[in-house]
Amino acid sequence: MTSSTFSAARPAQIRWHPTVVRYAPVVVIVLALIAIWYVAAVLMNRNIVRDAFERDEIHYTTGDLIVGTLSAERPLLPAPHQVIQTFAEDVFGWPITSPRSLVYHSWVTLSATFVGFLLGATFGIILAVLIVHARTLQKSLLPWIICSQMVPILAVAPIVIVVLGAIGLRGLLPKAIISAYLCFFPVTIGAVKGLSSPDPIQRDIMRTWSATPAQIFWKLRWPSAVPFLFTSLKVSITISLIGAIVAELPTGAQAGIGARLLAGSYYGQTVQIWAALVAASVLAVGLIGIVSLAERWVAQLMGARA
Amino acid sequence: MTLSWQRLTFFAAALGMLAAAVLPLSSEPTLDLFARPGLLAATMLAAALYAGAALVAPRLSIAVTLAGVVLSCCVTLALLRDPSIAGYATWGLWLPVLATWIAAWLGVARLAAVKPHDKAVSRIIDLAIPLLFGAFVFYLWEVAVRGFGVPSVLFPAPSAIAVRFFGSPWMLWQDFFQTFILGVLIGYVIGCSAGFFVAVVAHRYTFLGRGLLPIGNFVSALPIVGVAPIMVMWFGFDWPSKAAVVVVITFFPMLVNTLAGLNAAGHIERDLMRSYGAGHRQTLAKLYLPAAMPFIFNALKINSTLAFIGAIVAEFFGTPTLGIGFRISIEAGRMALDVVWAEIALAALAGMAFYGIVALAERATTFWHPSYRT
Repeated sequence: MTSSTFSAARPAQIRWHPTVVRYAPVVVIVLALIAIWYVAAVLMNRNIVRDAFERDEIHYTTGDLIVGTLSAERPLLPAPHQVIQTFAEDVFGWPITSPRSLVYHSWVTLSATFVGFLLGATFGIILAVLIVHARTLQKSLLPWIICSQMVPILAVAPIVIVVLGAIGLRGLLPKAIISAYLCFFPVTIGAVKGLSSPDPIQRDIMRTWSATPAQIFWKLRWPSAVPFLFTSLKVSITISLIGAIVAELPTGAQAGIGARLLAGSYYGQTVQIWAALVAASVLAVGLIGIVSLAERWVAQLMGARA
Repeated sequence: MTLSWQRLTFFAAALGMLAAAVLPLSSEPTLDLFARPGLLAATMLAAALYAGAALVAPRLSIAVTLAGVVLSCCVTLALLRDPSIAGYATWGLWLPVLATWIAAWLGVARLAAVKPHDKAVSRIIDLAIPLLFGAFVFYLWEVAVRGFGVPSVLFPAPSAIAVRFFGSPWMLWQDFFQTFILGVLIGYVIGCSAGFFVAVVAHRYTFLGRGLLPIGNFVSALPIVGVAPIMVMWFGFDWPSKAAVVVVITFFPMLVNTLAGLNAAGHIERDLMRSYGAGHRQTLAKLYLPAAMPFIFNALKINSTLAFIGAIVAEFFGTPTLGIGFRISIEAGRMALDVVWAEIALAALAGMAFYGIVALAERATTFWHPSYRT
């Protein structure tokens, strides 16, 4: 959509700076969403606060009611400033080794995410290399890999824990394996696409230079797969985070963002749930940022211009 | 002698089958193969088929190999029915299993190398290869579990799961209805249509679109399943909370994809619509929406898997003692893993059917798209 739609409606329009054109809508909508959130918080918490006032037989005005809805201890919907406040307290208010610190829980989830992502990405790439080189595998295995994603893996999570627990694996690794199962798929699909992206002409020219299969792989297929690979790695690292969080739910984990969600839901600590969600979002953004940085770095190494 | 290593491998497979007659079948005292004349004959026949497959023409060898594989699968499974072999199997059993594996691999490899001219035949082959592969994986699973005597609380055999699956259809149907029909489907329909309509409105009003697209992209990357405990708190333990989680999860991918799709129509086409004097509504119906169809179906496919995940996660936070996720977590705690696997099979079948229906609908409506014009 270009700005022509605007100028057609109002010919004598001021020319806005491109930054304004780009970010103004985002800022306006974010502000609108926050406003809606506050209104919703007042409406949803109204009954709880009114009941509390009437129980204590305190005389109250509408103003008291609104202030009460925005600072209730166990609201249905906490107001944004409450969430931010709790988030800040949980992050900065405790030493990072304390089980009450959100940093500690984030680290528990993050370590499972990293291990799971490494396992999943390695497995996905190996699978893609095999599939690209063996026609039999491509025909027999690829349909099953796609089917494997139709299985709601979370359903399998409790069993993975039970089976791995029986052979003596506990703690981090079962979570990482569930997260790896969730995140290998985009890597495989992206890598298969990337590894088979060189034109037949390019492969033919490698053959006329009598390149060995290994040389064709390292000098042609692998470099051309790198951009595809990073696109799918960005998708898969967030999936891996989701996998690590979700794997904590059925495993009865004591620590981690998933455990925090579960505890918050058991004890009705709404604000704690929201703060954990904020932490998860911050982690997701950070992880994508790391992969994007790595992408830029690799692109520079491969000689791309900024 | 072309393909000589393949011939050698076929002979090795034939020898492997014969090992059943020579090597001990079990570490426990048991009847050897010569005391079981029917199985002995079948083993010999399978070995002969493998040896024959090495000698006949490649196309014919596919049928010969597959016949041999079916025969040797039957032999090994029949041997494992004997309680003095199941759990105590030794090389007399494992070598034939290995031989079957090798022969099956060669057969499928030869089948994959066939390039028929007829399109229908090639489609049947493309379907048969993964099916054969899958069936063989199940065979290996069954043989491994029974041969090594893996306790069923750890890893039940496929046959035990199948018995449970067909043995308690009422329980499975109730769980399926609760999770899939009530939670997933209702949430999916509401979430996808809401995302779609918001995208259409955002496309009409450029300002809204420019604001929503980055936000939608951002939110799509967040672990939204985390809202599950909040939804359970708001909507209670029954299906509305599951549907609500599914709505939240499916909304953003639909919004982002539809918006991208509506913007996919080219400048020339838009100019053409304008030169026809088409209004916004007409342009939407005749140009923007058809151009957005592949993107919309992409979102529908992504959402079909996301929706299932969302509903099952929500069940971990509270259910009315029904539903696939609930049953799995309860039965896993009671170590009734055959029930758990039966539920997983149910969920997998439902998920595949769901995805398949969406994919078929895509083929029927966007048959004009370049990716289908082959």
